[in-house]
Amino acid sequence: MRVALFLTCVNDTLYPDTGRAVVRLLTRLGVEVDFPTAQTCCGQAHYNTGYRHEAEPLARRFADVFAGYEAIVTPSGSCGAMVRELYPRMGERARAEGRGDTLAAVLAPVVPKTYELTEFLVDVLGVTDVGAYYPHTVTYHPTCHGLRSLGLGDRPRRLLEAVKGLELVELPGAEECCGFGGTFAVKNSDVSAAMGADKVRNAESTGADVLCAADNSCLMHIGGTMARLRTGMRPVHIAEILASTEEAVAA
Amino acid sequence: MSSRERVLGRVRRALADVPADARPYEEAVARDYLREHGQRSVAETVDLLAENLADYRAIVHRCAEEELPGLLARLLSAHGSRTVVVPPGLPAQWTAAADVTLVQDLAASTAPELDEVDSVVTGCAVAVAETGTIVLDGSPDQGRRRITLVPDHHVCVVRVPDQVVPSVPRALERLDPARPLTWISGPSATSDIELDRVEGVHGPRTLEVVLLGGS
Amino acid sequence: MSGTFVGMPAFPRAAREAVRDTTLRGNLRHATRTIRDKRARAVAELDDWAALREAGKQIKDHTLRHLDRYLVQVEEAVTAAGGTVHWAADADEANEIVARLVEETGESEVVKVKSMATQEIALNEALEARGVHAYETDLAELIVQLGKDRPSHILVPAIHRNRGEIRDIFRSEMSEWGRPAPENLTDTPAELAEAARLHLREKFLRAKVGISGANFVVAETGTLVVVESEGNGRMCLTLPETLISVVGIEKIVPRWQDLEVFLQTLPRSSTAERMNPYTSMWTGTTDEDGPRTFHLVLLDNGRTDTLADEVGRQALRCIRCSACLNVCPVYERAGGHAYGSVYPGPIGAILSPQLRGTGSEIDASLPYASSLCGACYEVCPVAIDIPEVLVHLRERVVQGGPAVRGGNRVVLKPAKGHAAERAAMRAAQWAFTRPGALRAGQRLASRTRRLHPRTLPGPGRAWSGSRDLPAVPAEPFRDWWQRTRGGKDGAK
Repeated sequence: MRVALFLTCVNDTLYPDTGRAVVRLLTRLGVEVDFPTAQTCCGQAHYNTGYRHEAEPLARRFADVFAGYEAIVTPSGSCGAMVRELYPRMGERARAEGRGDTLAAVLAPVVPKTYELTEFLVDVLGVTDVGAYYPHTVTYHPTCHGLRSLGLGDRPRRLLEAVKGLELVELPGAEECCGFGGTFAVKNSDVSAAMGADKVRNAESTGADVLCAADNSCLMHIGGTMARLRTGMRPVHIAEILASTEEAVAA
Repeated sequence: MSSRERVLGRVRRALADVPADARPYEEAVARDYLREHGQRSVAETVDLLAENLADYRAIVHRCAEEELPGLLARLLSAHGSRTVVVPPGLPAQWTAAADVTLVQDLAASTAPELDEVDSVVTGCAVAVAETGTIVLDGSPDQGRRRITLVPDHHVCVVRVPDQVVPSVPRALERLDPARPLTWISGPSATSDIELDRVEGVHGPRTLEVVLLGGS
Repeated sequence: MSGTFVGMPAFPRAAREAVRDTTLRGNLRHATRTIRDKRARAVAELDDWAALREAGKQIKDHTLRHLDRYLVQVEEAVTAAGGTVHWAADADEANEIVARLVEETGESEVVKVKSMATQEIALNEALEARGVHAYETDLAELIVQLGKDRPSHILVPAIHRNRGEIRDIFRSEMSEWGRPAPENLTDTPAELAEAARLHLREKFLRAKVGISGANFVVAETGTLVVVESEGNGRMCLTLPETLISVVGIEKIVPRWQDLEVFLQTLPRSSTAERMNPYTSMWTGTTDEDGPRTFHLVLLDNGRTDTLADEVGRQALRCIRCSACLNVCPVYERAGGHAYGSVYPGPIGAILSPQLRGTGSEIDASLPYASSLCGACYEVCPVAIDIPEVLVHLRERVVQGGPAVRGGNRVVLKPAKGHAAERAAMRAAQWAFTRPGALRAGQRLASRTRRLHPRTLPGPGRAWSGSRDLPAVPAEPFRDWWQRTRGGKDGAK
């Protein structure tokens, strides 16, 4: 099976380790991964800040770059939700503005074949034990768009539970937002920081070494808060845990 | 232009862009929800009513028809009631054994006068098992709305199983919207202090419900 | 809306104060967490919750789609049942109608049931200006009124107060308004409720005019419904001789049967009860039972403007349950006052900028008062997609565009203060449509990475004031990919 990796602009620029982990993991599972280098950004930050019209060329570009693949895999719940939930809505809005069906028609093909990484593993590949080894105590934070927009449910948990050496501990208030929220983090920085601090305190209370999530933008906020509050914990993307094996153990 | 015409005109202009929706009301609403929750025998439905009434701090009693006068006498005595307001259609024998002064529910009586009365005894229109609710509709055995509001102690007699329905949808089917209706689920309560429930505010602080069986 | 909120600062500034107020944070955390878990349990009892939610949404959507017809039907049914119907296009008209009706009774005081519509139009202040005292009788409203405070929650306007603060307000203020608080009043909730009972009793017993809102108005029968807990509603609805109900035009449901949906979803969503203690339903007037005179004031005040917005109109489905406030992590930390409106929380963030427009600083900031986490949409019993409307209103703020204000079509200009953001968004869009430019930027960042600080000066402090910046990697992923063809070369 040949799939395209949609890494996201944040991961490409700031978290290449996550991208390498996805490639390693999928390759190990027999998937042929391509990274179309013409990819950039799904337009989520524009759309969610109120710049829908500025987001449209980015969405068109996404559809253009990825149209030819059987499946598009992304290690980001929120960018996955942007494509699956908000691209159809962009099409509807353009139609309502009297601009016809063109945008909806251009975007439609990529919507159903875009998968968040854990969805792709569990639903498409049908695996929960990916043969990973990760000898750490981990707590899992379900990020909002993965949880509520994509409905990832217990997929990440099932994948983590099958990892050898990994002890999974419950995060109190797990389903509460960490406070990142894209531009919310700077537009309402005081509330965002208060939410982040509460999330980090809850994570610390578990005694875990690692807080794991499926979205690096949320982890950037949580990790930045952890560093500032001088906790001993570190944020790790789920892809890096699942890619880790006894031969090549991730930190 | 009158405000009426202005508001109606704004509504029509606001909806001008909406495609014509010729679907009648019946087709616009999918009523896929349940008419009642779970399958219960009649006796189980009555038990559920008792359980849910008690859960919200109503005091529940059960008795047969011939035991009712004695039970009501004991309840009123235990509450220390000397005066009891009764609606005009309340069966006279219900309160026959009670050592109290009966006060009639009259249009002329004032709220301050009712405030002097210790208790009220009424029947009800329907009771809802799933929610632990009794509904009054102002029938002759229930009286004016204020008699079950101002006195601090309300004893409500529910005929079981005839007046018990399982659910809210079943209750609405039985009720007449033209009548003034009061749905009562436990004594008055508030969640206004720290969103925690406390019983006993302006309505009767004690609600006793008698489930009156056939024999 | 309420005059007490005029001139409110933008949400982020008001929220900053709230975040630093540890008492307030503690009060809100305690109250919202208590109710959150209880709501989840009350909802879980009904295995057809999703179907009830969908039916509630459809009933409201259908009503809004045919609102003109249903409004006329309400008017006919209420009139036929002995009531009088009035129409108010805005707050001033509604206040004028109510003040005139009260004056016609010759009374100088009224008792009020908690009502969002009358809060919204600042009726109490308008009546006071005409020499009429309005007494709030809901416990939380009483706490707010006695404390000369502002409401901070839809269901529990005094949620920002804890029991100790409430006791202090009762002790110091009750005597000014009537019966003083009992000697030795403690802070136990039962004693506080008892103090309110005694204080308000005399007002109920002598009241000649009651003022209410309504949770629902049934078009086919003309029936009004008030859902409450304490019995203050029943007092105001049945003891006075004259009853005036001020009701937003979106409160209509077509049929009697529709109540079977909302009487199941509303109590469980708001107070997390199977059923609230008291629900009153009345149709016009009844001989020798309750008020002899009944007036219904149908209120627009921005609702038809909201109805004209095809994305935003779903906000009119709201049944004011407060579930979205109780579950909102932003509300929990910012508190209700930061929203600058009688409608705080997620629903307020989409309702206020539609009812009032996005012209003021506070209203233009409200659509951003959310991390778009979606918890509000998940709990909403009428499935209002609050995140969708928030994003839609953000668009209106930054891009302007067509809207309806006061019944007139207007074209809004983009709000001020977004110029730098707009430039940044356009620059990002430029780079993101040119991978070469993006790559050049990434490489520049990587090459200079040792020079990057962990904190930023100036506007960057909005991030780095509380969080370290992430370290920039030695190379972006795309360089690694092109260098190694995805690791196939064996290079690391």
